[in-house]
Amino acid sequence: MHPVVKLVTQRLALGLLLMLAVSALIFFGVEALPGDTAQAMLGQSATPEALANLREKMGLNEPVLWRYGHWLYGFMTGDMGVALTNGEDIAKSVGSRLGNTLFLAFWAALISVPLAILLGLLAARYNGRWPDRLISGVTLATISLPEFVAGYLVLYFLAVKLQLFPAMSMVFPGMGVFERLSAIILPVIVLVMVVLAHMMRMTRAAILNVMQSAYIETAELKGLSPLTVIWRHAFPNAIAPVVNVVMLNLAYLVVGVVVVEVVFVYPGMGQYLVDHVTKRDLPVVQACGMIFAAVYIGLNILADVVSILANPRLRHPK
Amino acid sequence: MLDQVKTNLLEIKNLRIEATSYPPGEAPRKVVLVDDVSVSVEQGKVLGLIGESGAGKSTIGLSAMSFARGGARLAGGQILLNGRDIREAGAGELRSLRGREVTYVAQSAAAAFNPAKRLMEQVIETSLHHKLMPRAEAEARAVDLFRKLGLPNPETFGSRYPHQVSGGQLQRAMTAMALCPKPDLVVFDEPTTALDVTTQIDVLVAIKAAIRDTGVAALYITHDLAVVAQVADDILVLRGGKKVEYGSTDQIINAPQQAYTQALVSVRSIDHVEKADSAPVLSVANITARYKGTNFDVLKNVNVDLSAGQTLAVVGESGSGKSTLARVITGLLPAAQGRITFAGRTLSADLASRTKDDLRELQMIYQMADTAMNPRQTVGTIIGRPLEFYFGLKGDAKRKRIQELLEEIEMGAGFIDRYPAELSGGQKQRVCIARALAAKPKLIICDEVTSALDPLVADGILKLLLSLQAREGVAYLFITHDLATVKAIADKIAVMYRGQVVRYGSKTDVLTPPFDDYTDLLLSSVPEMKLGWLEEVLQSRKMESGGN
Amino acid sequence: MRRIPLSALIGLILTGGFFFVAIFAQLIAPYKMDELVGGVWDPISAAHWLGTDSIGRDLLTRMIYGAQVTIFVATCATILSFVTGSVLGFLAATAGGWLDQALSRFVDLLMAIPTLILSLVILTAVDVTTINLILVMGFLDATRVFRLSRAVAVDITVMDYVEAARLRGEGRGWIIFSEILPNALSPLVAELGLRFIFAVLFISTLSFLGLGVQPPLADWGGLVKENSAGLVYGIPAALAPAIAIAALAISVNLVADWVLSRTTSLKGGRGA
Repeated sequence: MHPVVKLVTQRLALGLLLMLAVSALIFFGVEALPGDTAQAMLGQSATPEALANLREKMGLNEPVLWRYGHWLYGFMTGDMGVALTNGEDIAKSVGSRLGNTLFLAFWAALISVPLAILLGLLAARYNGRWPDRLISGVTLATISLPEFVAGYLVLYFLAVKLQLFPAMSMVFPGMGVFERLSAIILPVIVLVMVVLAHMMRMTRAAILNVMQSAYIETAELKGLSPLTVIWRHAFPNAIAPVVNVVMLNLAYLVVGVVVVEVVFVYPGMGQYLVDHVTKRDLPVVQACGMIFAAVYIGLNILADVVSILANPRLRHPK
Repeated sequence: MLDQVKTNLLEIKNLRIEATSYPPGEAPRKVVLVDDVSVSVEQGKVLGLIGESGAGKSTIGLSAMSFARGGARLAGGQILLNGRDIREAGAGELRSLRGREVTYVAQSAAAAFNPAKRLMEQVIETSLHHKLMPRAEAEARAVDLFRKLGLPNPETFGSRYPHQVSGGQLQRAMTAMALCPKPDLVVFDEPTTALDVTTQIDVLVAIKAAIRDTGVAALYITHDLAVVAQVADDILVLRGGKKVEYGSTDQIINAPQQAYTQALVSVRSIDHVEKADSAPVLSVANITARYKGTNFDVLKNVNVDLSAGQTLAVVGESGSGKSTLARVITGLLPAAQGRITFAGRTLSADLASRTKDDLRELQMIYQMADTAMNPRQTVGTIIGRPLEFYFGLKGDAKRKRIQELLEEIEMGAGFIDRYPAELSGGQKQRVCIARALAAKPKLIICDEVTSALDPLVADGILKLLLSLQAREGVAYLFITHDLATVKAIADKIAVMYRGQVVRYGSKTDVLTPPFDDYTDLLLSSVPEMKLGWLEEVLQSRKMESGGN
Repeated sequence: MRRIPLSALIGLILTGGFFFVAIFAQLIAPYKMDELVGGVWDPISAAHWLGTDSIGRDLLTRMIYGAQVTIFVATCATILSFVTGSVLGFLAATAGGWLDQALSRFVDLLMAIPTLILSLVILTAVDVTTINLILVMGFLDATRVFRLSRAVAVDITVMDYVEAARLRGEGRGWIIFSEILPNALSPLVAELGLRFIFAVLFISTLSFLGLGVQPPLADWGGLVKENSAGLVYGIPAALAPAIAIAALAISVNLVADWVLSRTTSLKGGRGA
């Protein structure tokens, strides 16, 4: 078998194995923790009968392995069970919210990725000079801002003081694309701020690493122009590390989304998750945890696969 | 130009190159890399630039393309190429001369080729970029050069990627890349230094033939005077960025004027008379070894003896198993079979089960003194630890002994509180020797201890080792790939090839014909400090080197 | 004495200031933590330098106590993650074999889930108390310290000077404490700063989501949450704790950057 195919297959298999381990961790880890979910939901004053009823309803009396198998099978077939708090079908609630979240993340990625690569290139090109220092200083500041702080700063100044955008990101079914877009401007700005800094820093490092290679000097000594050197010699070798950086930061975006949705009261996965953590609705939290982990692992695998595909040593074996 | 009989292609006058260094926490300061160097190259001639690391030879070489690495500045003087000063030429003019008039061959071709592009694309890139010839002609010329340089399958060689060919082949491909655009001058920057000794000679032959056939002029940069003597018409000897001596190759090799040049020429001329066999301190019998998780023996049935107070040199190229032998003797890699007898006792195969005396009497010195010393410990702690560990020395007694040891390695007692980072390469290696001596060993394993050092410094270390042996009666197992070192220090020699000892005996026996094929190849590949050596060797070789 | 660059100096002074306020909160604060002293969101005045909060408590007092809570929780979590992570990391690196494999794979698994998500899952099942928060944050973040310290230690164990010590017959104690630790210290110290920042941001985020420090105690993240409703009416009370979080994170970052640059410059050293 071609080594690339073999490595990619291995990586995918490893990803599936990892996902299985994650599901076990999310399921059994919670089981093993001290505290009784039923007790926690009903509070200390609950009567023994109410507790027993709830345990029965949650299936807590069944053997744990059976429950895990049932849960995992259901998950893979699209049946995530029902929420404890209101009895709603989890898969149905997740469906529309996941769409909203992906819509938000998509626009944030669409703006931040090209911007980060451009700024990273700029900083690498003027390494050590003022454009680099300026960009590095600003990114240091934004890296130190938690998402919700960035969110409130943007909200206060852009929405409240300058009244440029709506402070809440209300979206509902039947809304037009443009209305939706104008509703999510603020959360997108915040997400871009948060992700841009990391992505830009890592892109800069990746490009600098390539630009310091001996073969770049060789190209310069051939009398090629700086643009030709970058386009013909630096670019093909920088694709893999830069794509890797982008993927890793998109994975980071997945987490940033949770907090930003809460700040802007945006009806997505993040808010859904946080709401149900507060209500101690374990099935919902576990389902959301699995989905977030799957996206995160998926992006990481994608990053690995891209590096494998871009490696000339693997593509053209001896 | 036609009327001029002798045109200097390149003429460097009073060149001065500076850089700014930024020591952490201190004010930046100016460093002079090259100071007042003048040199010239005629059309079709080869000028050798020679010196230790830091002598400024690469910096001068690159200045012929008006290029300065890592923030260095071509601060003063003139660089006349084809009659015009290029030192302060504009970016456009530089781009038009680089690749067209001057090309460059780097020390590490493996790093200098773009890993993502096929060799042919890279070899003909300059010719196409400067519109020197159409693609078909460039490709034909490249194939022709591949053939001339002795590359395998020249027709298809160019379709490979850099990682698909060996180091020696890449170095030749880089030479082809430099020659393809028909430049006036090629700068060869240590083109054979990174190669094995038997590969080096092939590349050297190929480069020399290519220079002769194409009639190109060259700057040949190296630290090895014997190598440059084979290819250069003139030689410039450099030290610390300044000219030491400049003359014809014949004059530099046969009648050097300056003390430094004389030392370079006579380096490794230590005259060491071998001693007669005596009772062995180390006996290696039928040793076979393999690394965990492999199914391949790196050592196959190795048998050698080492007499007390003598030196056994283990010679071979990289991958021959010579360093593995050291790991087996020290117990880092327990042997699969065989027995090691040391000072009359059988050594247990595994390090963990050896006695403290076994450990003490068998010491080791490493190739890279940099990584062999803990950077957070002072010289005093480094040398003092074995004294404390083996002999329980403390306080003043320990300090006094450390000072004695520092005297023995010809460094003052003042070094006791210095850190390794404050020492020169040679001083670091001396401290490692002192650390080994502190244990009062019967045997010291020296693993390529001089190969990372400049020739003169290496010479000093070898002399020190010999005088210590005479005084302390310690035996050395000397692992090296460098035959000049072997001649200088060994009593007995074991030649290793692919995990086996192919020739073993007293120095005279091993170095006297008739040779087996491999020993012949190895011995004949070591450059000798005389003119015309390269041609002589080619006539008398028995075995081809490993196809590199 | 090496010169301290201006940025690092500013960072050091600010960090020191924050810790001073945190330690002596009870002495510095002008009012009691839970005392109602004014109206809802009173503006800035001589009596209330930062105004009052959503139910009429002095915001400056809340901020000072918030500093104590934030820094206390973050410090405890950092210490926990550091001790656990570095001890296990060094152990895995020097012991090798199955222990190394088991620990490394388990850490891989924990790191395959975003930390925030995993901690939310855990906090659904356990009671949200300060102790539990510290434990969850400390152990989850220990994975990063583990990876770093293991990598650093593995890099050092292959050095010739460690091999030389083994050949000399030194025990594992000497090798870890005299050969490896002194060389691993600088990168770990720089990492300490980054882990502390992470802990500050993390506890603030959890509290902001209502899953961190519980009322009546409040850290800075909790203060942002308490006062966030005012923002849409143009009342900036929530911005004060928000800016405090960023200021603390930036100042520690400046110090960590400086330590890190010193570390890398040490490698070259003088001479040679």
